[in-house]
Amino acid sequence: MKLGTVGLMLIAIASTGCDALAPGVPTDDEVLAGTIEGMTASQVGQHLAGDEEFARVLGFADGLGPIFVAASCEQCHVGDAKGHPSFNLTRFGRDVGDRFDPMISFGGPQLQHRAAPGYPAEVVPAEATGVTRLTPPAVTGLGYLDAVDDTTLIRLSDPDDADGDGISGRLALLDPSELIESSLALEASQSPTPGSQGTRVDGRFIGRFGKKALTVNLLHQTVGAYHQDMGLTTDLLTEDLVNPLAGARASDGVADPEISSGVVANVVFYLKTLRVPPRRNADDADVRAGEAVFEEIGCASCHVPTLRTGRSNLAVLDRVEFHPYTDLLLHDMGPELDDGYAEGGAGTAEWRTPPLWGVSLQERFQGGQAFLLHDGRARSFEEAIEFHGGEGAASREGFRALSPEDRVRLLRFLESL
Amino acid sequence: MRAGPFGVAAFMTLGVASAALAQSADTTLAQEGIFNRPFITSSGGTSIGGYLEGNTNWFVEDGVGEGFSMELRRFNIFLFASVSPRVRFLSELEFEHGTEEIALETALIDVRLHPALVFRAGILLPPVGYFNQNHDGPRWDFVERPLVSTEIIPSTLSEVGAGLYGKAALGSSVVSYDVYATNGLGNGIVNNAEGRTYIPAGKSEEQFAEDNNGTPSLSARVAVRRPAIGELGLSWYGGAYNSFQREGEAVDASRRVDLVALDAGVRLGPVAFRGEAVMARVQLPESLGEVFGERQWGGHLDAVVPIWRPKLAGYRDAVVALGGRVEHVDFNRGRFASTGRPIGDSVTGVVAGLSFRPTDETVFRANYRFDWSRDLVGNDRTRAAGLQLGFATYF
Repeated sequence: MKLGTVGLMLIAIASTGCDALAPGVPTDDEVLAGTIEGMTASQVGQHLAGDEEFARVLGFADGLGPIFVAASCEQCHVGDAKGHPSFNLTRFGRDVGDRFDPMISFGGPQLQHRAAPGYPAEVVPAEATGVTRLTPPAVTGLGYLDAVDDTTLIRLSDPDDADGDGISGRLALLDPSELIESSLALEASQSPTPGSQGTRVDGRFIGRFGKKALTVNLLHQTVGAYHQDMGLTTDLLTEDLVNPLAGARASDGVADPEISSGVVANVVFYLKTLRVPPRRNADDADVRAGEAVFEEIGCASCHVPTLRTGRSNLAVLDRVEFHPYTDLLLHDMGPELDDGYAEGGAGTAEWRTPPLWGVSLQERFQGGQAFLLHDGRARSFEEAIEFHGGEGAASREGFRALSPEDRVRLLRFLESL
Repeated sequence: MRAGPFGVAAFMTLGVASAALAQSADTTLAQEGIFNRPFITSSGGTSIGGYLEGNTNWFVEDGVGEGFSMELRRFNIFLFASVSPRVRFLSELEFEHGTEEIALETALIDVRLHPALVFRAGILLPPVGYFNQNHDGPRWDFVERPLVSTEIIPSTLSEVGAGLYGKAALGSSVVSYDVYATNGLGNGIVNNAEGRTYIPAGKSEEQFAEDNNGTPSLSARVAVRRPAIGELGLSWYGGAYNSFQREGEAVDASRRVDLVALDAGVRLGPVAFRGEAVMARVQLPESLGEVFGERQWGGHLDAVVPIWRPKLAGYRDAVVALGGRVEHVDFNRGRFASTGRPIGDSVTGVVAGLSFRPTDETVFRANYRFDWSRDLVGNDRTRAAGLQLGFATYF
């Protein structure tokens, strides 16, 4: 081969330009991650710092464990989407008649089934009467849900079904604790309207995050996840997790807190500023007709399409409308979804309405197969709907009664979310 | 890609088939790699040499890039001494990324009793695969080391130990062997910040001073070379890696890491092929869960063909070559208990390259590489691609 030939080859490569040789950015509707539009450069910088921490894999030398479920936030929330069943959290407890015992002396309520080498991992005790498995939820758009005022949730709730629609959404009321009060106080210190969250109802606080709405805001959720899922201490939860059945309080020997307040703040900011999941084909006629069916058969009574944030120091979250398809309230889903496990203010059959935004994108992040509902038991929208009992039973019956055409339209609508 | 054992078999088949068709190959045994360096002579007193390699990087991952950067990868210094006609000493001091990482990679003494029996002791390179003993940058036509040789075989793996090696003629072939006992790898294989079984993290400077579990690891390689064909090697490395005893008391179960590698280097007409495949098995505490892989595998296949020998004044041996590499590493060959589906955690790469060697000892390289990563749960997670320009030279 002559010099000229080699030169021509190089010119050919160069003429294609570097961009042609590089993988492109996934289209907006292929991914969930991304910042809310309109953020300042410094806000984007903090978001990215939080993103890095969210993805950071921690080792035992960083304080991971000694008992844990995952080694990074992203292991559970791949691509900020709903997780894979292999990272399901297991929670257990027992019914002792007048209350549900979280079995703390057995390592409850959350199982940490993984452990550092040489340390005993937990197992579900035989005495447990209720065991549930919880697939990690998507984390996109959480800032919007976090910014909704308590008054909105109170207005949406209808515990006695006063409107007679068969839906009785209930606030998840949590007993006061130092952790809840600290989480609320820290967040209130940055709020233009400090009283808009942390409202006491009958002396208790309103939960809004988690499958059973066990946490009051994203700070509470984040430090709880660091602690219960990864065995990492923070300023708000300073004691390492240990397996009580190991018979010793010795843990990992890493100085506490293992995660600094700055890291926690960045991760919380990251979660607050993740964009809402993108819609697809929202203007398609079938999709719009499907949305009408969604409302007609009562799905929208719990999966409320539109909410509005309250006042926020983050301009991008300040009093904006968004479409999560949730009311953030607890609903009795009947025996079909009753795992016999109660938590916080939620009974064994009660679940907080999961947001439906992004639901059709999740299988792209679950290894190519959708795992729907709280534990991934449903593999399709139809199967998920069939599991709706209790307050959801009427909608399920409505779905069963739909014409084949309307069923397809409804599914097209769900696929657009 | 989930070829697993089939992939290994494919690499083996390719190696053997290539060997059968080969026409010529270089004549250096893999085990002689550390002495097959310029400026190291078998006679005389002490000599010094080394190599230097650096490159540029421009990479984009899923449309997002960090821009253009340059790095000086390695500056390695060899010190060689022919202590006597039958005793020789070699050391290699590595400076990686300037002085970010300084490591004594080799410091050994060889005592030749017979060509078929040489005693070696010191900080040595266990003979697992081909690359570990032949990792000098100027030898390779690609900027990056093969993934399998850095992510599963933890090259450069250098350990304290001793053993024997040698070679003997067998008809028209040469058969070589290496067998060593070394301190082995440590707890980092699982106690790491990778969130997965990661054999390279088992390397530890502390292992140069003391074995963490008091039980040496063993490594061995047998190879056959036919002068007109090439070399085919089969190697094994294994031993306990965790600190299972303390002050004579058992504090944990003993757990092993084992690697079995097959390597081949042949020439088919003008095309030189070099490949390596490895299967790893790591015993794990059950408490780490399925996220940590008990079985891993990987392989690479390089092909390099000279395309032009320019007539340049003062550079009689100058050559321009085209190269290609395919490679794959699977960090976890298991299946999820929850879904029955295969666990992901793998990366596949292809590299196209152009190299220019003004002399045998110096190479300038231009590489384009494309990687596909599959995350743990099996999503096609990232696509990354980039251009690299680099150089490497012995001195």
